[in-house]
Amino acid sequence: MDITKLTSRRFLLVAGLILLLLIFLATFPLHGSRSDVFVVTIILMYVILTVSWAMFSGSTGYLSLAPAAFLGVGIYTSALLYSEKWALLPLPAVIIIAGVVSFVLALLVGLVTLRLKGTYFAFFTFGLVLLISQLFVFWELHIVGRRGQHVIPVSGDTVYYVMLGITVATLLTVYFIRRSRLGLAMQSIGGNEEAAAHMGVNTTRVKILSFAISSVFMGAAGAIMATKWIYVDPVVAFNVFYSFMPVLMAVFGGMGQFYGPIIGAVIFAYTERALRLEFPYYYMLSFGIILILVILYLPGGLAGLIPRLWNRLRGPISKLWKGGEAEQHANT
Amino acid sequence: MNETVVWVVVSGLLNGGIYALIAMGLSLQYGVARVINLSHGEFIMFAAFLTWTLYTGFGINPLLSVAISGPLMLGIGFLLHRTLFTSLRNRAPSPAVFEGNSLLVAFGLFFVINNIALLIWGGQPRAYYYLFYGVEIFGVTFVVNNVIALGIAVGLGVGFYVFVARSHLGKAIRAAAQDPATAGLMGVNINWVLPLCFGLGAFMACVAGLLTSMCYPISTSMGLRYTIIALIVVALGGLGSIPGSFIGGLILGLVGSIVTQWQPALSMAAYYAIFVFLLLVRPAGILGKR
Repeated sequence: MDITKLTSRRFLLVAGLILLLLIFLATFPLHGSRSDVFVVTIILMYVILTVSWAMFSGSTGYLSLAPAAFLGVGIYTSALLYSEKWALLPLPAVIIIAGVVSFVLALLVGLVTLRLKGTYFAFFTFGLVLLISQLFVFWELHIVGRRGQHVIPVSGDTVYYVMLGITVATLLTVYFIRRSRLGLAMQSIGGNEEAAAHMGVNTTRVKILSFAISSVFMGAAGAIMATKWIYVDPVVAFNVFYSFMPVLMAVFGGMGQFYGPIIGAVIFAYTERALRLEFPYYYMLSFGIILILVILYLPGGLAGLIPRLWNRLRGPISKLWKGGEAEQHANT
Repeated sequence: MNETVVWVVVSGLLNGGIYALIAMGLSLQYGVARVINLSHGEFIMFAAFLTWTLYTGFGINPLLSVAISGPLMLGIGFLLHRTLFTSLRNRAPSPAVFEGNSLLVAFGLFFVINNIALLIWGGQPRAYYYLFYGVEIFGVTFVVNNVIALGIAVGLGVGFYVFVARSHLGKAIRAAAQDPATAGLMGVNINWVLPLCFGLGAFMACVAGLLTSMCYPISTSMGLRYTIIALIVVALGGLGSIPGSFIGGLILGLVGSIVTQWQPALSMAAYYAIFVFLLLVRPAGILGKR
């Protein structure tokens, strides 16, 4: 069997699977219940956060601990521009603005920290959520004089479709960036930053730009989530939990492959819905233990495990397959 | 002298003493053992609750309870490094990879310790009263336990600095901080010194937690805030510089106190303003090299 045939067959298989999945997701509100639609919306939000996080941190090796900051900025953009008191702009415009605001915030953070060692970046982003949340609390208490904001409610199906749209946009963007010059430059920074700089990569610019791009979709996701939550205040909007989940999901799923973070996000978002409300402490405890075990014993994450298992199983499976074929030949 | 100024300066130093201790612990864990310990604040929280339990449950004097909690935390830190970080370090292809991986493991520890504490002590805040009476300094009244806390923090800080600068083991620690591999070749037992440094960092977190529980109400969610403060102070003092962390802690305490006097809701913003200024003007920190 020649290789071109193999790759085209594999390509067709993957494309078919993706198409089926998309059709399933696009028609989901027609056959799923309202609570199911909400669960899938949350899963999609985690996919956006995790894939965006992995795009920057996974390839460059600079660990951002601030996804919640961008999600929160998106939520607050929506709270201020799409508020019950004054709806200044239509929803799509609000979502785009939320993405732009996140982009600008990431640009500023990047300009301050990303020309230095990764340590400073990790230090800086770790407290960023708390900082922004505190600034909003201050602003609401002392300048507006009222805690929290009311957002115009939007139907569950609309939220779902917008979230699905943002997810598709995120995945497409990340997929093409991975194959572009920018993606290669990011990979080379992750491999060896000094060598990358010597090869002519403007490392600071690549880092800042890719960090800013990775934040856009997080902000957009936050903007649409706000219309589901209806009432938001700084403590709800800027929850450190949303910074930590994408890290775990991406590490668990494996950052070497495009689909790793997606797998991680889907598994954890689903189990979170099921377990976090009933056993919050045990859930989070096992969350920490799993993270440690994955780093120690499963460096490639789940996505790294699949090729290894496949290599081990391929021998017996092909033997079975050939055995079956031989039997067929014998029968005819 | 103006009483407000005295109040702001002394209470700033009181806070700063605890910050300095916390940052020195993290500086030891990062500067020598190369672990960005995001769970540092959780060690502080855990020790604070341990002290609370020992005092309210068993009537053990908070200051003396360090005889129980100190070795315990030191041992936990040592064992954690031995079981988790040592094997990570031995397997990592480069220091940068180890730094990233150890950060993620510490991140996992954050959840583990935080939720164990929640399972034991629950989410509500706790407090106890010990040495809770006033003492006058320059005409302003302060609580005695705060002043004692500052004394202990400064004493421990200076004592530790002398230990690192003068003793044989201190020399081994400094060598390991410069270059673990070379230090190993020169006869320093790296697989013993690095876990010890991590353990000593946990010990400092323990003392800081003890002092915090003595002075302020404590809650299981307080760790995160202390971790952020410790990270900023360590960057302020210069990554890995122990005296730098000490000075940085006092500075941050003072700034926090000034801002709190004027606008309590903006303390974190003030810390970050210092951080941004530092990154723009002198990223190496106050006492950092290069």
